Order: sequence, then structure tokens, then C-alpha cells
Amino acid sequence: MVTPAVLSVRNLVKRYGENTVLHGVDLDVAEHEVVALIGASGSGKSTLLRCVNLLEEVDDGQVILDGADVSDPRADADAARRRMGIVFQAFNLFPHLSVLDNVTLAPRVVHGVPRRDAEARGVELLERVGLADRARSYPDQLSGGQQQRVAIVRALAYEPRLLLLDEITSALDPELVGEVLALVRELAAHGMTILMATHEMGFAKRVADRVCFLDGGVLLESGPPSQVLGEPVNDRTRQFLRRIIDTGRL
Amino acid sequence: MTGPAHGFRELSPLQVERVAYRRSRSRRSTLVAFGSTVVFAAVGWFAVTSAPGWPRVRESFLDASTAREALPAVLDGLWLNLRVLVVCEVLILALGLGIAALRTLRGPVWFPVRALATAYVDLFRGLPLIICLYLVGFGLPGLRLSGVPNDPVILGAAALVLVYSAYVAEVFRAGIESVHPSQRAAARSLGLTHAQSMRIVVLPQAVRRVLPPLLNDFVALQKDCGLISVLGAVDAVRAAQIESARAYDFTPYVVAGLLFVLLAVPTARFADWATARTARRRGAGW
Repeated sequence: MVTPAVLSVRNLVKRYGENTVLHGVDLDVAEHEVVALIGASGSGKSTLLRCVNLLEEVDDGQVILDGADVSDPRADADAARRRMGIVFQAFNLFPHLSVLDNVTLAPRVVHGVPRRDAEARGVELLERVGLADRARSYPDQLSGGQQQRVAIVRALAYEPRLLLLDEITSALDPELVGEVLALVRELAAHGMTILMATHEMGFAKRVADRVCFLDGGVLLESGPPSQVLGEPVNDRTRQFLRRIIDTGRL
Repeated sequence: MTGPAHGFRELSPLQVERVAYRRSRSRRSTLVAFGSTVVFAAVGWFAVTSAPGWPRVRESFLDASTAREALPAVLDGLWLNLRVLVVCEVLILALGLGIAALRTLRGPVWFPVRALATAYVDLFRGLPLIICLYLVGFGLPGLRLSGVPNDPVILGAAALVLVYSAYVAEVFRAGIESVHPSQRAAARSLGLTHAQSMRIVVLPQAVRRVLPPLLNDFVALQKDCGLISVLGAVDAVRAAQIESARAYDFTPYVVAGLLFVLLAVPTARFADWATARTARRRGAGW
């Protein structure tokens, strides 16, 4: 299967002051592929996603989206972000806007879709995640799981080429994790291209086409879930997985 | 707390006793408060009226007939203050918000703009209002530039706008900075530009948060509008001065003062209400 990569990360370096968080990461995500980033807290998963979304300026290397280097300072970062959606750990919904306004904001303001069309599409998407009846509610009237589903819908509303998920279940109560993961699985089944940072190893195993293990800002191991999670080659991966298994999360 | 409406719910004897105790305590507190107020007022009244100069002060500050005669002119002047207040407040909010937004711009390209906005705030927050009034009111027309108005009302209002915008800009800036950076990140990730993120995501949240301090500044502006009288505008304060000179009596000043207080009371109550509402909403999750 030779499909052109939607996203190519080349030798990506990110520093915060003296602290180097990413030491030259290389990563490709092909169309319709679901790639899971795993690794301990502080390994650079979130930073990698934020760099890909151009929320952080990279210190070296390239972020290539559909063949164009979007990390170049001469590239239009806003235009690049319009082709990606990101969902954050803490939802980051806009508290002063209704659920429907949260969802339709980007289509209306950024993509110039007329309000009526944007709202029709928004309601349709909310219906798919079972939240059409909450369209007029405000984020603080929703449970964490509902808020995160709205955040996913918000990122999907303008049909991005690539969906970035940054530990989207980490801030949720355990009984709310399932509803969010079910939605992600459905998106994957419909062919969405996804790059996700996750602590849910079982989920990564079932849904991801490829799992990448990040450790101290270095991509140590990458391959099919059965290989990386089942028979890891690298010592650090093995160590990490053993700790995860010991706490009963795989 | 437990009126007859709750009578159908059977209370345990223990709770009945507690309710009775609480009720007797609250009755006692009311009595104490009432008593202390009466005593305090009586002591105050006695202290003032027994002062050696009281008869003369009452005559020259609290003369009923002078107050009646001065009232129409002072009210006329107050109407001018009110108009100045409304126009100034609108301009101050617009200018303050603009300056605050300029101060949040990032990147070296914007350095001159940022520096200018910062300098403006430093200058006009430090400059005493009365001096600003003199400089604008007497200095500006002194330049004899064409197009500069001579009207003391307009010049006075301009000075108020200059000084108050600096304060209000700082209030807005505090509000803008209180909005968590993740909100901006979420807005930018959707492809919104910096300006769009500010306008649609950051500013609406910021303004809601700073409504109480903004109202506080509004109350301050209400009374500072009376300072345009130093330029010769016939507002409530100047009208009171004219009346008091005519009657050879300070009562018109007291009349004007009371009117300003009456003007401030509704705004203060509204500010309290808005503060309580903001607190409630924040308690509800944001």
C-alpha cells in the first residue's frame, strides 16, 4: 500500500530554554492511517502534536502537510491549521458559547459557510455523537465525556485532513472514557487520518494501525500494535510496557 | 427557615429545639443591630449639634429655602454632567479596550505600538486629573490651532477620556490576561487568526470577568465629571458655586453633593449585583 503521506515530520527538534523536549523526531502518517503515540508523561507526545498543529514554533526540522512544509516561517500557519483538527486533554471548549456555536465557529468564521448551513451540519454531527439535544446548552452544563465529544465534533466540523488527539481521555472519569473512545473508533472506521497521543494501551492495540513509542523526546520504536505492544524490540519499550501491565492497564 | 410550608415534614425534637435556638439568636442580633444604630446616630447627632459653631453651620450649609431656590439651576447643571458622563463612558470603553488589545500584541514588529500604548497608560495614570484638565482645557486652545474647539465642556470631556482610558485599559488588560492560554490555543487550532481569536474567544470572556471593576470606575467617573467645572463649564458644581455666591450661603454645594450621591447609588447597587452574578457563574464552572 503506497499512499502519499498526509503528514511527514522530519528531524523535528523542540526546546524550551535549556530543556530539549524533542530530539529530531521522524514520523509519517499515511492517508486513512491511525497512528498512536505512546510513552511516559514528559516523553514529548503532546509537544509533538502541538508542533504539528503549529501551536509551538519548531527549533529545527520540518512539518510537512500534504507535501508542503508548513513549519516554514514563510508558510501560512493559519491556512495550515485549517486543514488539521486538534482535540485537547482539557477539552478547551469556549465557555461563553453554546455547544452549537462552539461547533459552527470555525466553519462560519474561517471557512465562510453561511450560518444556516453551518448549523444544519453542526446539528447533524452532534446527532451522530448523540448530543443534538444539547446543541443550545453551554459547555459547563455538560459532563466531561459529553464535552470531549463536542470538542471532537468541533474539530471535525470543517472536515480536516488530519485529526490530532492529545490524550483526550486523560481528564475523564473512568466511566466516561468508553463513550469518547467509541467515537474515535467510529471515526477511524470511516477512514479519518488520526495521530493520537494516548495512555489507553488497549485502545491503541484495537484501533491503531501503527504504534510509536516515544521516550525522552526520541522515537524509539514504531510498528504494528501487535509488534510494539506484544514483542517490543527496544529495552525501554519493554520496561515501559511492563510498568503499564503491572498497573493493569493493558 | 422552617415556616408552616414545611409543616408536613416531621422534625425531630432535637431539630425543633435547634430551630428555636437559632430563631432566638437571630432575633437577638436584630435587636442589637437596631440598638447600636440608634445609639450611634444619637451620639453623632449630639456631637455635631452641640459643636460651638453648629448654629452658624446650619444656617450657611443647610438652609432649606436656599436649597429650594438653588435646586433648579443645580439640576440643570447635573443634566450637563449626565450627558458628559454618557459620551465619555462610551469613548473611554472604546479607547481603553483598543489600548488593552494593542498591549497584548506579540512579536517584535509590534514593539512601537506596544511601547506607545504602554507609555500612554503610564503617562495618564500618573498625571493628576486636575492637571490634565488644566493642560487640555487651557493649553490646547492656547495653541490656536484651527479645528481645536474652545468649548470647556468638550475640552473637559476630552481630559476625562484621556485619563480614564488609561485606567480602563489596565482593567481590560487584566481581564484579557486572565483568560487561560489554552482558550487562545483552541481558537488558533481551528484556524482563527490572532484578531479573530481575540474578538470572538478572548475578549467576550475577558469583558464578563472585569465588569465589576469597570462599573467601579464608572462610579468614579460619575463624580469626576463634576471637575469639568474648573474649566468654566456650567455643570452642577459650577451652578452650585454661582448659586452659593448669590445667596452668600454654602447650601447649594450640599444640594449638588447629595444629587451626585443619589446618582451613584443605583450604579453601586448594579455593580454589587453584577459582581454577585459573576461570582455565581464562576462557581458554576467558569
